[in-house]
Amino acid sequence: MKTNTLGAIIAGLATCAAATTASAADGDTIKIGFPVFLSGAAAGPFGQPEKEAAELLIEALNAGTVPAPYATTGIAGKTLEGTFVDEAANAVTEYRNLIERDNVDAVIGYTSSGNCKSVAPLAEDLKTLTVFVDCGTPQIFEEIVTEPTYLFRTGPTGTIDSVGAARYFQDSGVDLSRVAGINQNYAWGQDAWRDFTQSLSALDTGSEIVTEQFPKVYAGQYGAEVSALLTSTPTAVHTSFWGGDLEAFLLQAAPRGLFARSDVLMTCGEALFPRLADQIPEGAIIGARGPYSVFAPENDLSTWFNAAYEEKFGQKPTYPAWKMAQAIFGLKAAWEKAGEDADTDAVAAAFKNLEFETPAGTVKMAIGNGHQAIQGIAYGRYKKDADGNPGVEDVISYSAECVNPPNDMMSAEWIEAGFPNSNCE
Amino acid sequence: MMTIDFRRDPINILLLAALLIAGFFLPSWLRFLLQMAVAGGLVALGVMIQMRAGLVSFGQGLYYCIGAYAVGMLAVKMNVTELGILIPAAIIVTAVVGGILGLLLSRYRDIFFAMLSLALSMILYGLLVKAAWLGSTDGFNIPAVSYLGHVPAQAVREDWSYILTVVLVLISCFAVARYLASGAGALCDAVAQNELRLEYLGTSARKVVFIVYLVAATISGLGGALAAIAMGHIGPEMTNWTTSGGFVFVALLAGRGSVIAPVLGFFLLELVRTYALDYAPNAWQMILGAVMLAVILLLPEGLWSLVRRRSAK
Repeated sequence: MKTNTLGAIIAGLATCAAATTASAADGDTIKIGFPVFLSGAAAGPFGQPEKEAAELLIEALNAGTVPAPYATTGIAGKTLEGTFVDEAANAVTEYRNLIERDNVDAVIGYTSSGNCKSVAPLAEDLKTLTVFVDCGTPQIFEEIVTEPTYLFRTGPTGTIDSVGAARYFQDSGVDLSRVAGINQNYAWGQDAWRDFTQSLSALDTGSEIVTEQFPKVYAGQYGAEVSALLTSTPTAVHTSFWGGDLEAFLLQAAPRGLFARSDVLMTCGEALFPRLADQIPEGAIIGARGPYSVFAPENDLSTWFNAAYEEKFGQKPTYPAWKMAQAIFGLKAAWEKAGEDADTDAVAAAFKNLEFETPAGTVKMAIGNGHQAIQGIAYGRYKKDADGNPGVEDVISYSAECVNPPNDMMSAEWIEAGFPNSNCE
Repeated sequence: MMTIDFRRDPINILLLAALLIAGFFLPSWLRFLLQMAVAGGLVALGVMIQMRAGLVSFGQGLYYCIGAYAVGMLAVKMNVTELGILIPAAIIVTAVVGGILGLLLSRYRDIFFAMLSLALSMILYGLLVKAAWLGSTDGFNIPAVSYLGHVPAQAVREDWSYILTVVLVLISCFAVARYLASGAGALCDAVAQNELRLEYLGTSARKVVFIVYLVAATISGLGGALAAIAMGHIGPEMTNWTTSGGFVFVALLAGRGSVIAPVLGFFLLELVRTYALDYAPNAWQMILGAVMLAVILLLPEGLWSLVRRRSAK
C-alpha cells in the first residue's frame, strides 16, 4: 500500500501542475505581480501603503481618471490586473511562482534589500520586466547585476538619505562638533550610518563621533541607548530607524529631552505623520527618503494622488505609497513609449534612460546603465500648521545630481572621494 | 517511542528516487520548490535522527547556515566555483564544527540540549548580522557554479542543479538509512528509552549521542550547501531560530518512521505554503497553522503513520 500513497501524491502533483500552466495571460490585459510585505514588522509601515497605492493606481488607470500625461486607460490600452504576494515568504520561490505559475507580465515590488539582492539575477535569467520599488542598497546595479536588461529600480537608493542628511545638517547651520548616531543593527542601519559619517568627512565638518548605538532591529526598548545618547552630549543625532522601531524610539527619547538638547534627524521621519503627529517635537529634522509627501512638488499628479489616496483610504499617503506610484507610472511610461504591441524586450529598451513624470516630479533613470532612478531629496524641521496638520519648515531640497553618484561610480567610492562631479546648484 | 527496523528502509528510498525522477518533468516553478524542499529536507532529517535519541535540536539551522556560508565564502571571497571542491568543503567544515560542538553537546539531554543548540545557532546569527563585509542581514549572492570543470549554459543550468540536488539527497538518505540500521544508529532508541541501562550494558551513551549529532550536522551542512547553490543567495536568516524551528516542525509533522518522511514532509509543507500564499495572501500563515494543528491533532505520529498504518494491515 505504500506505493499507492506515494502514487497518489505524484498524481496529485501532476494534476495541480497541469491546472496551473493552462491559465495563460490574456491578450487584452497586463498582469502584474506585486510582492509587498503583507505580514511581519514591515507590513504596516511599507507593505500596506504600497499595496494601497497599487490598488488605487490599478483602479484609476483602468478607469482613465489619472491626470495627464497618464490619462490614457490602463497601460497601452490594456487593462491592468494585479496579483499581490507576501514578500515575507521566500522571495526567490515566490518570484518564480509569479512568473512561471501565475504568468505575470511584469513584477513591481520589493522593499527588503535582501529580497532585492536574491531576486535581481533571477529577473535577468527569467527575462521578466521587474521594477524594484524601494529596497535601499546601491549594490543591485553596482555589484549584482552590472549589465541589466529587464531589471529596473524607480526608487532612489539609500545613498541620498545619508548624503542629504549630512548636507542638511551643514547647510542649516547645525552645530556638528559632537555627532551621535542610533541605527538598527542590520544591513540598512549599518549602511546608512557608514554613508552618513563618510559624508560628514567628505564635507569636512570636523565632527567628533561621540557615540554610535546599534540596537537590535525590532528591539522596541531603547532606554539604555537613549541614556548613552544623552550622557555623550551630542549636538546632532542621526537615525535611520523606521516603522515600529522609529515610533518606539520617538516615544522613549522625546520625553527624556533628547530632542530638546540635540538636533535629531530622522531619515524616515515622515512615516510618523499618520499615527504620531502629536508626539513629534517641533523642530525635529524630518526626511521622507526622497521628494515625497510633504516634500513633493505641487503639480496635477501630486494633487490628484494626495486627494485620491486620502479619499479611498482615509489618510494621506506616506512615502512608500509614493514610491509604489512612481514605479507603476514608470512602467506605464516605458510601455507606452515602446508602443501598443511592444514585447518585453522593446519595453525594457524604452525603459532604459527614460525620464518620466510622477507625483514626486521628474524621475530620471540615469545611473546603473540607465536602470537606476535618481531623484533629489529634501529635509525640513517638523512644524504643525494652523489646523494642526503635520508639516515642515526650513526645507532645503537637493537636486538629484547633488546627492547621487554619476553613472560610472559606485556610491561608496563616490562619497569617499568627496562627491566628485556632483552638481548642487 | 516505537522501535523501528530501518533495514528495509532502502525500499522507501527507491520510491523517493522514482518520485524525484518524475519530478524532473514538473513545470520549472514546482520543480524548483521540490528541489529547495529536498535540500531543506536533509536538515529536517538531521533533526529527525536526533529525535530518535530523544534529543530535540532547536538550532539545526546552525549547520544549514554553515554549509551554505562555506559554499558562499569560497565562491565569492576566494573565487572557487567548482562543485567538486565546494560540496566536499561544506561537508568537511560542518563535520569539523559538528565534531567540536558535539564533544560539548553530547553531555547534555532534554531541554538543556535543546536550549544549548539554540544558543549556539543564535551566536552565529549574531556574528553574521554584525559582519558588514558579508552583507549583514542582506546576505550575498552566489555565482553560477561549474560541475567538474563544466559550466552548463544558462538554459540548462537549473536541470544540472536539480540533478545534483537529487543525487546527493538520495545518497544521503541511503547513508542515513544504513547508519540507522547499524549498531550505532539502533542504539539511539536505547538512549531515548533508558540511558542508564544502556551504560550498564557497557555502551557509552555519550558516544552514541556524539555520533548522531555529527551525522545530523554533516547532512544539514550538505542541505545548506545545496540550498545555497539552488537559491543563488544566502543570508543569516538560515541560522535564525525561526528557520531551525521550521525544521523541528517538519520532523514532527512528517514522522520518524522512515528517512524519506522528513524529505517528503518538507515538500508537502512547502506546497501548502505556496498555495496558501497564492489564494490567501493576507492569511496564508493562518492556513499553514491550521494545517499544522490538524496534522498534530489527527496524526500525532506524523504523516508517515498513514503509510505505516496501511502497510501494517
